[in-house]
Amino acid sequence: MQEKLESLMQELALKKIASGEVDRVLAWKKGESYFDVSPAIFKESFDGFTYNAFCGANLSKFLVEETKKEGKVLVFLKPCDTYSFNQLLSEHRINREKVYVVGIECQGKLDINKVYAKGIDGILDIEETDSELKIKTIYGDKTVKKDEVFSVKCETCKSKKLVVFDEKIVLNEMKDNKEKRFDIVEKLESMTEEERFAFWQAELSKCIRCNACRNVCPACTCTNCVFDNNKSGIAGKANADSFEEKLYHIIRAFHVAGRCTDCGECSRVCPQGIPLHLINRKIIKDMNTNYGEYQAGETVTPLNPIVDFKKDDVEANTVVGGKK
Amino acid sequence: MQRIGVFICHCGTNIAATVDVERVTEAVKKEPYVVFAQNYQYMCSENGQQLIKTAIRENKLTGVVVCSCSPRMHEATFRKTAEEAGLNPYLVEIANIREQCSWIHKDIEEATEKAIVLARTAIAKLTLNKPLIAGETGVTKRALIIGGGIAGIQAALDIADAGYEVDIVEKRPTIGGRMAQLDKTFPTLDCAACILTPKMVDCAQNEKINMFTYSEIEEVKGFVGNFKVKIRKKARYVDEKKCTGCGVCMANCPSKKGLNEFNMDLNNRPAIYIPFAQAIPNVAVIDPEQCLKLKTGKCGLCQMKCGAGAIDYTQKDEIVEREYGAIVVATGFRPIKLDNFNEYGYADNKDVITSLELERLMNAAGPTKGTLLRPSDLTHPKVITFIQCVGSRDVSGCGKPYCSKICCMYTAKHAMLIREKYPDTEVHVFYIDVRTPGKNYDEFYRRAVEQYNVDYIKGMVGKVYNENGKLMVQGSNLLDNEQITIPSDLVVLATAIEPDPSVRDIATKLTISIDTNNFLTEAHAKLKPVECATAGVFLAGVCQGPKDVPETVSQASAAASKVIGLLAKDKLKGNPCVSHCDENTCIGCSQCEQVCPYGAITYEEKEFRIGGGKTEKRRVACVNPAVCQGCGACTVTCPSGAMDIHGFSFEQINKEIEAICKR
Amino acid sequence: MQEIEKKEHKPLIVAFCCNWCSYAGADLAGSSRLSYPANVKIIRVPCSCRVNPIFILKAFQRGADGVILCGCHPGDCHYSTGNFHTRRRMGILFSLLNYFGIEKERTRIEWVSAAEGQKFSLVMNDFAKTICSLGENRRLEDLRCKKN
Repeated sequence: MQEKLESLMQELALKKIASGEVDRVLAWKKGESYFDVSPAIFKESFDGFTYNAFCGANLSKFLVEETKKEGKVLVFLKPCDTYSFNQLLSEHRINREKVYVVGIECQGKLDINKVYAKGIDGILDIEETDSELKIKTIYGDKTVKKDEVFSVKCETCKSKKLVVFDEKIVLNEMKDNKEKRFDIVEKLESMTEEERFAFWQAELSKCIRCNACRNVCPACTCTNCVFDNNKSGIAGKANADSFEEKLYHIIRAFHVAGRCTDCGECSRVCPQGIPLHLINRKIIKDMNTNYGEYQAGETVTPLNPIVDFKKDDVEANTVVGGKK
Repeated sequence: MQRIGVFICHCGTNIAATVDVERVTEAVKKEPYVVFAQNYQYMCSENGQQLIKTAIRENKLTGVVVCSCSPRMHEATFRKTAEEAGLNPYLVEIANIREQCSWIHKDIEEATEKAIVLARTAIAKLTLNKPLIAGETGVTKRALIIGGGIAGIQAALDIADAGYEVDIVEKRPTIGGRMAQLDKTFPTLDCAACILTPKMVDCAQNEKINMFTYSEIEEVKGFVGNFKVKIRKKARYVDEKKCTGCGVCMANCPSKKGLNEFNMDLNNRPAIYIPFAQAIPNVAVIDPEQCLKLKTGKCGLCQMKCGAGAIDYTQKDEIVEREYGAIVVATGFRPIKLDNFNEYGYADNKDVITSLELERLMNAAGPTKGTLLRPSDLTHPKVITFIQCVGSRDVSGCGKPYCSKICCMYTAKHAMLIREKYPDTEVHVFYIDVRTPGKNYDEFYRRAVEQYNVDYIKGMVGKVYNENGKLMVQGSNLLDNEQITIPSDLVVLATAIEPDPSVRDIATKLTISIDTNNFLTEAHAKLKPVECATAGVFLAGVCQGPKDVPETVSQASAAASKVIGLLAKDKLKGNPCVSHCDENTCIGCSQCEQVCPYGAITYEEKEFRIGGGKTEKRRVACVNPAVCQGCGACTVTCPSGAMDIHGFSFEQINKEIEAICKR
Repeated sequence: MQEIEKKEHKPLIVAFCCNWCSYAGADLAGSSRLSYPANVKIIRVPCSCRVNPIFILKAFQRGADGVILCGCHPGDCHYSTGNFHTRRRMGILFSLLNYFGIEKERTRIEWVSAAEGQKFSLVMNDFAKTICSLGENRRLEDLRCKKN
């Protein structure tokens, strides 16, 4: 199934380039191994073109720079990536006319670290079936069920809807599992303040301020980020004190509030494995509960709960982070 | 290198009794950049100000901190003082050591310490102050009045009287508004037409006043002093300049089925019509929905009969662009629709009417020529029941939660007039409360009860139904605690009033805020009742809240005086403490535009150098400093930190926090 | 013996007040001689919507033990809609801080009109009392700032 999808995608890409409709393609490229995948631009050669269970990267943010260039670009977007795309359109960050969007099927992406965590090492090659990974290692063959190694962002999938596309390639039905979306947030909320503090203190003290979360975030497209801007007074870098990380993550979460589509890229790329998406998801949950259901990127609109208001909104003091 | 001077005021003993001013003086001298510090008994006095001026000159001060009363008291004073000594007025900061220190603390030690912190904070902020120059803009010496009712007319006359040009834009074919429909006005019972029409004529004759009747506001751009407005002049199909108002066309028009809006649809009018005899301008208008010529191409009688050759079936809507310095909104009201009030049987019974319909039925120029005849069979009603608060003070959601304010008085008026003219008529009034505050108002109501024997019944009406040609009004009499049914010939509903629905569109175009009941919101409920949060826009009449004629006229004159005050200026000095955008940081994401209550932010595609001799086109926010009021909503919404505000900049407030928190 | 050596902690409270309502309300509290603790220090902002979350974090970083925001009552904003934005932003921010384990009571928002001098004094007294009972802010502290 995976191969069929991949070959259909490549076929389409080649066709569009041949017809001159687009002059390049933004997709994923295989590295040294099956799971080593990174975003790439394809023009003449499609060597290494791939689409597999490790293509978690959200390509929409690349379009900010890509659409500044000459010519039209074809991009493959998974359902959750299309939300980011719409959100960027809302923020006038992408020139829609310069993009040909191909919506593609996604059955959830995997995290190789979770495979390692199962004690599987020395991986030589991976083969993918609908529900399993067949892994060849120097210690012999292993199989792993896909749903045991879902990337953290795919453990709870908010939607499998392609909210924007010019064309789509979907072979099988896709299922979300949004019921579980706020489970962990709720668990944190049910902790005491002290426990929550301990939880976040432990998580955030792992932060090395590598800025990966910011750099990957499709809502963070400022050219002159406040954290790099000396004038902002918060342009710290070193983790000289535990305060720094909290400040960084609170400000970052607040800056993307209302615009965050919950794509989960922040958590996917965090080298320290901090569940950063739980911060943004808390804000989304609060906004949904208090100001009405809202999903950023579902439509193209400059209005979102943080710039909008109702005259009879709940009082700020009544919105709480959790139990006392 | 900055050179800051700090001036500590004793305010007699107001400050000095609880704050050790000497100690504050010594303490601030240790703060960075402070080169001069002095305390004095009354800094705001002539001598105190002189002292500041001298110090600025002699010590070549680059900034001044005055530790004194609230900046709300004397910030302007000290800014002026600094300016007189050659210092930019925005290089002055006030430390509030009276209202927020000496007056609330008793302990000298504590108060002195706090005063030092407050002074330190002001100094810290001042080190980042930049000289600001208030922008100046010219003023277009012309006012726009939206709505030609009594409010608009009064405001126009007052403004014109002061020598300024005024345009009135009225959506109906004539000015006059609701007041023109009224028969008599309380509490003196003058005939409405007798007092209104002379004012309407004045408008027509005043060369400073220009009327756009049958016209609507299409677009509003610009800001205080410099509004640019597009007005849509709807096609009248009659040349205003040629029409003499003779009425021959009306007499000859074969299509007579149009409902007469002026008479509250109680009778019909021809397709070509003049709304009423005293209409201003006295010019006919063709109703395109009714006109046979416009609908089918066959007819053209009016054109043939018109001696002046005024009829022009080819007329099109016309857009006129005009510039204004100020705008008065006076869009008025209408009675609410009674769809939610089936219990009163308004839709089913011709003889259940609204008060405004009754006005027409009693008016000499109305459908019955002033004889009170009930609509169903044109007979004299012998028993008339009034029901008050129909849709007013209604929290059920069917009507309006507010009191419409005018109903108690006009119902008393109606009752009185009927009893006066037809003494054999029985008049009942159902009421919740009678509210008649106002000069000679309560006396008026008491006259209705005592002199004219109007039967006032405290209680609500549950149902009105038709039984054998009689309208049975079933209600409760709360004082006698009984259910009563009054067989009536005519039932009059004191219908709640609501802002004219056109107000929503106007509010959006002018960025005026509107409340849950669609009334326009004034800048301050008590102290700025005719101003709007949008500078240069003023309110008059019911568009702002329910009010009667005298109140409307006072508000209109108040709005006019504000307009005159504005137009009298040749230049408007802006507030320089407004937002600005760092275009190198801005990413054009449109978030700030969403939160700006004034529409001060627009976006432009601008060319930027990106190094290597290359340029790049980027979308960036641009703040119009003349429109921005400096609230700062954009600064917090901006994710990139491109938006900042002069006088309360990001860095300044951060610096203040640091100074306060320094232990 | 250690107890004696330890300096008694005096909580520090930063109050952001909008220029049109709450700052005027504070002035009225002053002219009515309605006292509130001296450790409440007011920063004047044009509108409560000028208060950037960074300011609040900054205050905590620099050693504030509580931060309170005061603005015009919803619907009465001088800039017509500013405090509506404040209400949402701060609802989100305060909840998020609490989610991080920062005591809910350390942050507060109150609507105080220019006529409510008494309310201003009551609010500040109450807030100061609450902060006192919570003690020193340790969960959002920046030792670099506290040491000097």
